[in-house]
Amino acid sequence: MIAGILLASCNQKAASETPAVAEEPAAPVAEINVSVPPTPLKVYTKDGVSVKAYDFDKLEYFLKQKNDTTYVVNFWATWCVPCVEELPHFEELNAKYKKDKVKVMLVSLDMFKMVETRLLPFIKEKQLKSDVVYLRDPDQNTWLPKVDSTWSGALPATLIYNKDRRKFYEQSFTYAELEKEVSNFK
Amino acid sequence: MKTIKIFGAVMLVTFLAAFTTKPAEGYKVGDIATDFSLKNVDNKNVALKEIKDAKGYIVVFTCNHCPYAQAYEDRIIALDKKYKKLGYPVVAINPNNPEKQKDDSFAKMQERAKAKKFTFPYLLDEGQKIYPQYGATKTPHVYILQKTAKGNVVKYIGAIDDNYEDAAAVKVKYVENAVDALVKGKEVSVKETKAIGCSIKA
Repeated sequence: MIAGILLASCNQKAASETPAVAEEPAAPVAEINVSVPPTPLKVYTKDGVSVKAYDFDKLEYFLKQKNDTTYVVNFWATWCVPCVEELPHFEELNAKYKKDKVKVMLVSLDMFKMVETRLLPFIKEKQLKSDVVYLRDPDQNTWLPKVDSTWSGALPATLIYNKDRRKFYEQSFTYAELEKEVSNFK
Repeated sequence: MKTIKIFGAVMLVTFLAAFTTKPAEGYKVGDIATDFSLKNVDNKNVALKEIKDAKGYIVVFTCNHCPYAQAYEDRIIALDKKYKKLGYPVVAINPNNPEKQKDDSFAKMQERAKAKKFTFPYLLDEGQKIYPQYGATKTPHVYILQKTAKGNVVKYIGAIDDNYEDAAAVKVKYVENAVDALVKGKEVSVKETKAIGCSIKA
């Protein structure tokens, strides 16, 4: 049955260039436009660094904003070697294109017990400037397909979207590749 | 001649690009899964067909280093304890290239298997040849196979359960439900789920 639903959403996706818009009725879209950011489940703070924790229902707000900004949402974890390797590229992109309305969000999928011991110290040590949020939602099968129906679940993964386009990447990026992809959203 | 060389190079690059950016499709539910002969932590090779009294297999692509895999370790051990006697033993395969991921070396696999008293084979996918055929993309990633006259049929692909963080908070045990159905001769109801995991380092 789940496979059936996935398949159905897959087909919908293939049939439309702008699936996020196509899959949603008009009313909630309008609602999102005027809604305020969700309240975090918790805000973790340590040594002057803080990170907001959300479950997926709350996080979804940041995956569906419809304004004149292009959002680059990277799913990562501190232990994930290829994720950590590509983080500087996302940082560079965020800094370089800030005035061009490109915004990077780094969604950490670290384990709950690692937020204070690893994630916060990591943000401080690397002096991350992009927004970092913590996704605390271990019910993987429920939310993974909502990010993108093609995501197998492997990290790292990246979603780039704006109000007109949406593309998902289950891969690592070089800076050049990332910049090129984002340029397609202009 | 030069043209042919360039053409060849272009083809190779195209092929490599296709290969690195797009993972192999792998098995779908209903496909026949390949058998293999891979080195176990006791230095003896294990093949599915040599496992006695098996009606099927719970093939788990897993590894040492990944925290998601670590979080599921005790649950994988529990699966083997419960289902080996019902004909569905766990067969764990580390798909990572130890040169890329030092914590997943054969020696470290041996240490881990000993420390955690693994009751099942823990095999190294040397040369990373088996996982692409299955289509595994991360650890942990489960394939439940049923032994039939036609071969080992894939009956379930995906996550172990619905909570990677906390075994005590699990509500739906996908793998247990699937194997329970197979043991009773019934159809598996949830055949595919999505699992979060560490990408495989080939």
